Amino acid sequence: MDGLNIPLSHILLVSSLLFAVGMLGLMMRRNIIFILMSLEVMLNSTALAFVAAGAHWGQPDGQIVFMLILSVAAAEVAVGLGLVLQIQRRFKSLDMDNANRMQG
Amino acid sequence: MRQLIGLIPLIPLLSSVCLMLLGSRLPRLWIGLLGVGSVGLAALLTGLTAVDFLANPEPFQLTLWVWMQVGNFAPGVAFYFDGLTLVMMSVITGVGFLIHLFSTEFMEEDKSYARYFAYLNMFVAAMLILVMADNLLLLYLGWEGVGVCSYLLVGFWYQNSANGQAARKAFIVTRIGDTAMALGLFLLFSELGTLNIQALGVAANETWQVGDKLPLIACLLLLAGAVGKSAQLPLHTWLPDAMAGPTPVSALIHAATMVTAGVYLIARTHELYLLAPIAMIAVALVGLTTSLMAAFTALTQRDIKRILAYSTISQIGYMFLALGVGAWSAGVFHLMTHAFFKALLFLGSGAIIHCLHHEHDIFKMGGLRTRMPVTFWSFMIGSAALAALPMTSGFFSKDQILLQAYQVDGIGPWLWLGGLLGALLTAIYSFRLVFVVFFGKANTEPDRDTGWRMALPLSLLCALALFGGWIMLPVAEVFPVASGLHPAHWVEYVSIAVPVVGVVIAYLVFYSGQLPVDGLLNRPSMQSLQRFWHSGWGLDALYDRLFVRPYYALAALLKGEPVDAVYGLIVAINQTLNGWLAEGQSGQMRRYLISMVFGLIVVLAILLGVF
Repeated sequence: MDGLNIPLSHILLVSSLLFAVGMLGLMMRRNIIFILMSLEVMLNSTALAFVAAGAHWGQPDGQIVFMLILSVAAAEVAVGLGLVLQIQRRFKSLDMDNANRMQG
Repeated sequence: MRQLIGLIPLIPLLSSVCLMLLGSRLPRLWIGLLGVGSVGLAALLTGLTAVDFLANPEPFQLTLWVWMQVGNFAPGVAFYFDGLTLVMMSVITGVGFLIHLFSTEFMEEDKSYARYFAYLNMFVAAMLILVMADNLLLLYLGWEGVGVCSYLLVGFWYQNSANGQAARKAFIVTRIGDTAMALGLFLLFSELGTLNIQALGVAANETWQVGDKLPLIACLLLLAGAVGKSAQLPLHTWLPDAMAGPTPVSALIHAATMVTAGVYLIARTHELYLLAPIAMIAVALVGLTTSLMAAFTALTQRDIKRILAYSTISQIGYMFLALGVGAWSAGVFHLMTHAFFKALLFLGSGAIIHCLHHEHDIFKMGGLRTRMPVTFWSFMIGSAALAALPMTSGFFSKDQILLQAYQVDGIGPWLWLGGLLGALLTAIYSFRLVFVVFFGKANTEPDRDTGWRMALPLSLLCALALFGGWIMLPVAEVFPVASGLHPAHWVEYVSIAVPVVGVVIAYLVFYSGQLPVDGLLNRPSMQSLQRFWHSGWGLDALYDRLFVRPYYALAALLKGEPVDAVYGLIVAINQTLNGWLAEGQSGQMRRYLISMVFGLIVVLAILLGVF
């Protein structure tokens, strides 16, 4: 771990920034593909935090959780893209705001 | 034979059920045979029982089964048979049979032929149960049963809403009396512990003294029931409106049988009334005032059926007078003769209405004497009996009532004078009817004459109305013997002469015109008096103001459900809150997300101790 000595707090800061970017994208984007991409960014930001923390304390757990997050993300994308296809077929658009049939 | 009396109400009941279930599928001939035949069979059985009973006049009781067993209260479906029962049953089945026969012709063009006979048979069954019951509860069953049948038959032509109104009026007004009667039954049961009529008489005599308060209250409550059913003041207003039903129904229910149920009730419970002299005076006064009021009203009516309806009220008033003065058998005797001649008059008017295109106004009739001879003679005989002309049936019964009323201590002569005035008016209005309808010039041509099914009952009833006065009632065992004293001869002569005077007055005024009354009648004061009488002494309008309209106003007020307003408020608050919260559920995913994030920030801020 020498040579590349980045303090943990910096990495966590980057991770938080990435998380905030993803969340903002989630909140502000209307296109469902971009929403999915924002979700990926958020997942990866947390994964980054885990890896950094694992490296910092010299524990393998962080990397294991990273693998877990990776597989969750893959599964999520598989389901999410299926939903995207369905939404495109049903509403002829990818605009999330059109899919508001469930309103109270 | 005596075991078979249970069959007498059962046969019409079965026939009624058959007609209700299968009526629409049976051919008309079968319906007629079933409807008339069942009552005919009941009449035949009654006749056989009568022969048996008269040979050995011993009252007997027949228990079919125990109706219900609640503690020591076990009223049976049980019949009690004595002379009074026999008289009532004979009237119901005999006159009922003739009226059923008449109906087959009167109703032959009606499309609800089966329904008509189903109701009529059910009525006969209920009425028989009423008079045969050995306890007051079973009597009450029959009492309500005839009320329901009356309601159904008054509103028989329900397509016309006025008929439905008349039916409801008949039902509701009698219900007022019935409620009082039910209270009377409760009182009797709670005080004496039984509702069996014979046992009641014994128990009442053991428990109470003459003039006690409790028998007075019980008798007044029973009287209220009788007043409602028998259309006496102040509950008589339903009967004139009940003429909306078919005319044979008016003859059977609203003249011959059901409306006399009140008379039967009082006669049946006479042992209670003997313990309450004040109640008996009340009965007599109710009867007398009703009979006078109705007689004055009948003088001014134009509708042939309303005239007869008011005359029925008036005659039942006579029966009440008789009961009130203790002339029990005279009252029941008048009940029987009245059933004969009033059924005759109603059936006669039915024949006129049937043959005259449903015309009811007597001033649009006239000159029917030669065109409808059978009906003319029916009306002559019926009116003579109604007016109590000598040697007709009505004469014997009314004469007995007047003479016995005269002998009451104290108010007797006044009751007698009132009764005489009523008799005079009766003679005038009944022969006014005859002279206006059958003499003079014809205003409406009949389109047919009566067929045999109308003529035969009319002829038989003519015979009964003429000679029914010679029947000796087998009720000597039932009632206490009236005093054998006879009033002075002049009282008797005056009682006989007054109806004749009435007929002469009617002749002079309405036939020959020798008694000029037009000038008198056209004075404004007389005009308004006539209008007052015509409206039935304004009682309908009075009840309308006092009860009907306040009730409607109350109903209109309660229609908005003011009590529910509190609960309505809770509902409204919930709905408003729900509206506000539902705003948040927009279905926009991003908004949910924003709110989640906002919540997250708040939670984090709290956790981190910012606040």
